[in-house]
Order: sequence, then C-alpha cells, then structure tokens
Amino acid sequence: MKKFMPPIILAVLCFLPLVGLSSYAMHILVLVIMWSIIGMGWNLLGGYCGQVSFGHAAFFGMGAYSSGLLYYHFGISGWWGLLVSIPVLTITSLVIGFICLRLRGAYFALATLALGEVLRVTAENLVKFTQGDLGILIKQRTWVEKTWYFYVILLLAAGSFLLVKKVMESKLGYYFVAIREDQDAANSLGINTTLYKTIALCLSGVLTGMAGAFYMNYMGYIDPTTVFPLYDISIVTVMVVMVGGVATYWGPVIGALIMVFLAEVIRSMPKIGAAHQTLFGILLIFIIIFLPNGIVGDFRKITGLFKPRGALK
Amino acid sequence: MAAQVELFLQTLISGFLLGGLYALIGLGMALIMGVMRIINLAHGDLMMVAMYVAYWLFTLFHIDPYLSVFVATPLLFFLGVGLQKFLINPVMKVESILPHNQVILTVGIGMILANLATVFFTSNYRSTPVSYASKAWYLTDFWKNAPIELSLSAPWSLSFLAAVIITVALWFFLTKTDTGKSIRATAQDIDAALLMGVNVGVMRAVTFGIGAALVGGAGCLFIPIYYLYPSLGKQFTNVGFVITVLGGMGSTEGAIIGGVILGIFESMTATYLGMGWAPVGRFLIFVAALVFLPGGVASILRKQRLGK
Amino acid sequence: MSLLQIQHVSKRFGGLAALTDVSYSVEKGKILGLIGPNGAGKTTLFNVVNGFYPPTKGEVLFKEERISHLQPYQICKRGVGRTFQVVRPLQRMTVLDNVIASAFLRAKDKAGAERIALDALQFTGLYDDRSLVSKSLPLGKRKKLEIARALATQPEMLLLDESFAGLNPFEQNELIDIIRKVKAKGITIMIIEHHMKVIMSLSDQVVVLNYGEKIAEGTPKEIGNNPLVIEAYLGEAERA
Repeated sequence: MKKFMPPIILAVLCFLPLVGLSSYAMHILVLVIMWSIIGMGWNLLGGYCGQVSFGHAAFFGMGAYSSGLLYYHFGISGWWGLLVSIPVLTITSLVIGFICLRLRGAYFALATLALGEVLRVTAENLVKFTQGDLGILIKQRTWVEKTWYFYVILLLAAGSFLLVKKVMESKLGYYFVAIREDQDAANSLGINTTLYKTIALCLSGVLTGMAGAFYMNYMGYIDPTTVFPLYDISIVTVMVVMVGGVATYWGPVIGALIMVFLAEVIRSMPKIGAAHQTLFGILLIFIIIFLPNGIVGDFRKITGLFKPRGALK
Repeated sequence: MAAQVELFLQTLISGFLLGGLYALIGLGMALIMGVMRIINLAHGDLMMVAMYVAYWLFTLFHIDPYLSVFVATPLLFFLGVGLQKFLINPVMKVESILPHNQVILTVGIGMILANLATVFFTSNYRSTPVSYASKAWYLTDFWKNAPIELSLSAPWSLSFLAAVIITVALWFFLTKTDTGKSIRATAQDIDAALLMGVNVGVMRAVTFGIGAALVGGAGCLFIPIYYLYPSLGKQFTNVGFVITVLGGMGSTEGAIIGGVILGIFESMTATYLGMGWAPVGRFLIFVAALVFLPGGVASILRKQRLGK
Repeated sequence: MSLLQIQHVSKRFGGLAALTDVSYSVEKGKILGLIGPNGAGKTTLFNVVNGFYPPTKGEVLFKEERISHLQPYQICKRGVGRTFQVVRPLQRMTVLDNVIASAFLRAKDKAGAERIALDALQFTGLYDDRSLVSKSLPLGKRKKLEIARALATQPEMLLLDESFAGLNPFEQNELIDIIRKVKAKGITIMIIEHHMKVIMSLSDQVVVLNYGEKIAEGTPKEIGNNPLVIEAYLGEAERA
C-alpha cells in the first residue's frame, strides 16, 4: 500500500486543476508544493545528513536571482533560470561547503546563517548588477492562469521526491545517516565525511535554488528582502521540516501544507495578521517541546505503527 | 595627509568606543555559551526589550537612559531566568534527531519578542533625545595648536565608561562570589562541578539570567546613541555570536577582546567602504575567525599562558 | 613481517606531552595488547594510528606505507578498522543498516553490501538481532556491533579500544571467542584493555605505556614479571 501512495497522490494532484479551483486556491497549492521542495532540500542536508542550516534563504535567493538576472541582463525568459540555477547552485554550495563544512554542529548552523545574511546585504549593495532594493520585475508573465505554474512546480516536486527517495535508498543515504549519527565513527569506518557532506549540501542547494528560480517566474517580482530573509525563508524552511517530521519522506510535504495554510489563515485575520511571527514562534516552541520528531515522525509513535524497519524512515 | 590621519584616528576612536559596548553584548552570549553550550539566538531581541524599557521610562517619566540600567537589568535577569527555566531547560531533556533544538528554540523566542514589539509599539524608529546627545569634547579644547582635530562624543564616552564599569562588576562577581565561582566551574567541566556539589540546573538558569541582564544593560547604554525599532535585535544577535566565535566559544576575556576588534573593524568598513557594507565586514571577520582561528582569541591567550 | 610500525611517535597537545617517542611494531596475524594506567596515552596512540591526530613527531607505517598524514577514512580504506572506547553505534539505524553503512566501503552495490554485512553479523553472533534499532541493544551486544561494523570494512588490522569494559564474565568469554575467531581469519589485532586476564590470555605481544612513554614490551609472561610494569601498572591496579 505504502508503495502506491506517491503515484496516487501525484495522480490526484494532476487532476485537481480540472475541478475548477479558484485562482486563490491554486495559488495556495502552488505555494504548498514549492515549500515542499524547499523542505525536501533542507531535509536532505539537515534531517538525513545532520547538518542543520539556518541559511537556506541563500540558496533560494541565489536561484531566484539566477532566473531574475538572466531575464534582466539578457532579456531571455526567466524559465531558463530553472536550468541555470543547477550549475549556479552547485557552485554556490561548493563555496559555502568549503567555508562551512569544516565546522560542526551549531557552528555550521551559524556560518550558514551568516552567509545567508551576507548574500542579502550583497544583493542590496550591488545596485548596478541586481538593482538593489528596487528588485527585479518580470514585466510579462508567461501565463495568466495558475494552472501551468501548478504543473511545472508539481513536476519539480515529483522529481525532487523521487530524487530524495533514490538517494536515501542508495549508499549515499546510508552515508548521510552515518554522518548524522556520529561523524568520527563514520570517518573511521572509511566514509569521507567532507565529501559526502558536500554532496548533501549540493543536492540540497540545487533543490532549494530551483524552487527559488520557480518563485521568480511565478511571482514576477523579487527583491533582496523577499528572497533572502532570515525569518521568512531560512527559519520557515527549518519549521516546515520540523513541523512535518525531520528525516521522513512526507514530513516536508505535511509541514509545507500546515505552514502555508497556517500563514494564510493567520494573515487573513485582521487583528492577528500582524502577529503571524509570534504564532509561528509559539508553534515552533510547541513542536520542539512536544513533537520533536514532527507530525510524521511522532505520528507513528502515537498510533503504535512505529516499527523500526530502517534508519531511512 | 592630515585629513587622512584625522579620519583614521577618528574612526579608530569611535570603533573602540563601539567595541566596548559590543563587548558587553558578547560577554552575555559567551557566558551562556560557556555554561549551557548553546548559542542564544534571541540575544539581540532581549536587548531590544531592554531598549524599549529604557525608551518608555524616558518618554513617560523622563528617566535618563543611564539610570534605567538599574531597572532594565534586573527585569531582563528575571526574563532570562524564566525563559531558561520554562522553555529551554525542558527541551534539554527531549530526545530528538537534531541536536540543535535548543538553538532553534531561541530563534523562536527571538521571533516572538521581535514580533510582539512590532504589534505593540509599531515598527516606527524611536530614540531618546537626551539633552547631552550632541555634546562632545574636542582635541583643540585641550591642545590649542593640535595639527588635527578629533572629537569625543559625550554620550558615547559615557556609554563606554558604563560598559567598562559593568564589565568590572561582572569580573568581581565571577571571581569573588560563590555563585560566580560555581558558574565558572560549570563552564569548565560540568561533571566536576556536579561532583563538587554545584547545583548545575540553578547555575544554568542564573547564567542565562545574567547573560540577559548584561545585554539588557548594553541596550540601555545603546539607546542614547542609537535608535530603536522592533527588528533591531537580529543585527545585535549577529554581533553577539560573531564576538563569541571570534573570542573563542565561551571565553569571557576572549569576548572582550573580540568585541573591541569587531567594533574597530566595523567602524573601518563603514568609513572606508560605506555604511551598507558593515554587515558584510562583520561576517567576513566571522568566517575568517571560524576558518583560521577556530579556537578564537582565547586559544591565543591560552598558548601564551603556557609559554608557547 | 611487521604489518604496522610505530616509529618514534610523539604527540603534544599545547604544552602537554601525551606521547613521547613511542616505537614498536605489530606482527602480521598476531594480537598485540596495549596496556597502561589511565591517562597513559593508549587511546591517544590509537587516535594517531587511526588518523584522528597527526603525530607531532614520528611516523606510522602500515604495510611499509606511511599513513600518519592520512585522514581516518583513508586509513580505513587501506585496511585498518577500529572500535571506540565509548560505544558509538549509529543510534537510530537498525543493527543491519549500521553494518551495511560500513560494508559499502568494499561493496559495489547495496546487495553486495548487505551480503558482507550479514556475514559480519553472523560472525559476531548478532544475526538474530539484525532488525533491532541499535540504541535498544544492551551494552554487550553494542560492543559486538562495534566489532561487526569494523569487520564489515574488511580490514587487515583491527584496533579494539576497551571492548571488554562493562561486560559481565559470560559476555567477556563470548567476546574472547570472537576475537580468537577474528585472529583465525588472519586479521592482525591491536587491543587496549584493562582486564589483565583478557590481555594475558589473548595477546602474543604486550606493550606497556606509562605517562605517554613505552616502559616495557614483551610476551605476556615477561611483562607479568617486569618490575617496572608491576610498579607502574599492576601496583596501581592492586591499590584500586
């Protein structure tokens, strides 16, 4: 049964636009799927490989800007950004990895946080190249309807899900978890920890960057504070995975669903809307204290379905 | 030429004064890091809370910000103890896949504090226009024929002086009192401290309280020379952890030196590259410290003590 | 032929000398016991051989090749496996997955890794526990798991750091049998141990460290009669 879940869900999602959902509902769906991809990317590095990043906005923003700058400087379609973001993010990840991956635990988290902020400030200050705070606007949107955006992001998400699953069932996956559990032990068991952490970082960066490139094309406008923010991207990414379930396949999807809906519900309430970060913060604290493995991770525990079948669950 | 020298020296002076205040922020974070082994990412937000306390005391009751140190530090101490006891401490016992849950928790706390400040006080910039805000001493006042002109701002000097006093008071507390000694013992070796009968749980709460009080004090010293808005905490959290890493995780002496280095470095970047680049300079120093000096300033101090 | 040669190895931490000019070699197919009081530098020496610390002075040769500048994973690839004093199984993995993770070193694919892993589990008597989560294992089995993981990297030499600490006599005997079987496979062993009974019955050669220096080397019998050793080590053990 479990084996058929992903294709069934995918099929249902494929037919969803045919039901005639409102533009707003489609928008929410697109956001949920986009955040799932970011979450999957983070989970690969943070959840499975144990390298917690507080700076995934760096990858998201780099992806968004690869797309935006291609359009702005060369006048070609922003969609090329989806492809271009792959090498750009690989290089970004290699550079970030070279600086940060020699650090462990909280030091790594802080270094990524710092680099995310550096990129934001750089994007703000390199006015000639990025237009600084003015941001980049794609004047002509590709589609008016949300349906095609939905299919593009759905395809990306299905690909990401498959990629994560394949990676985690292979040698890479075993090595990631081994590194998360004990780096020294992994190292003395013949695992080149730096190499495999770098691979995890690259995969994570590319997935997140592609989501960023999509975002540029979908929203049609970016500026440094919308794509490089600490709280609204980096921390929300951590929350998506923590709420859904660290180191689970479906955790990022469930987490994205909850976080996006919650954000929308909170924002739509006139008095409470301004306090959405407070409510997010309270949710984060609640999850950390009561459901440290997230909804998917602790769901099994609650329902007694938890049978340890492998580390990769 | 003289103008160049003047600019350089002036930048150096303001960097040094800024560094003294930064040291106070870094000290609180280093203490928490030393005893609890976590980075408190709500540090700057606690400072923001203290700044609002000072702001409202000034605006409503005309209490001088320097006097509100005596109100804000105890207040922040209790806030810190409460946060540690009721939120951070319970998480230490929760078993989870990721070992950084406490750090993520402090992010959550910071997020809530910053957001609540926006809700209650709006995101307007505020300041405390004290009467002596623009008072300054000039080099030519003392030395008529000085070849260059340097100035020393009164509120900056006052804040710096107060920071030094608080630092010295902290040093006395840590080295002369029983509680202080217990905190240092806990920071050095938790197991040994436990064996010596130190109540580590209480020490953690007290340390978090002191860390919060220190940064609260720094907030009161900052407000006469700075402005205030709800999300300013993030920037000072960054300052705090850059200093903590630069100084050597958990080292108090290191934090003081790290604070001064960072203050001077930031002043220099602001003067010679432009205000907007100061955060980049801060992070460059941070990354450089992580990569080239992983033990921080403290590791150099330790080597010298061993005569190597 | 000596498989591992430790040549004038010194290790300093800041001003502290953890090892001073230690030299000896381990013969192929033999078991070498490394003993000494607490803080004598035994684990430090393992960490040097294993690649965690570069030696301050001196060299380590494995099969005539200098390995003292290599990373632990490279040294493992060349055929040196190790276990840790504090058992460190990959907590949230099952026993089998734990061993598969290290078996990938010599396997082409997952099926191959699984085969190697199951062999290692059978060898150490953990086959029936293969689907348990590692952190639920009792200490005795976790120590065996450590050995199984190291064996799955198919080493020519195995470094065992206090595998017997905390075991009851029954588990100790089981482990002695396993180590004898490992030796019978032709794997050279260097073992740190506090239990004199274990060392004396297993080792072909014993090296004694005290304050980071080698104070004696010889057969178990010679060591048992060496006055220096009795003073430094056995004396302390009796007092304790």
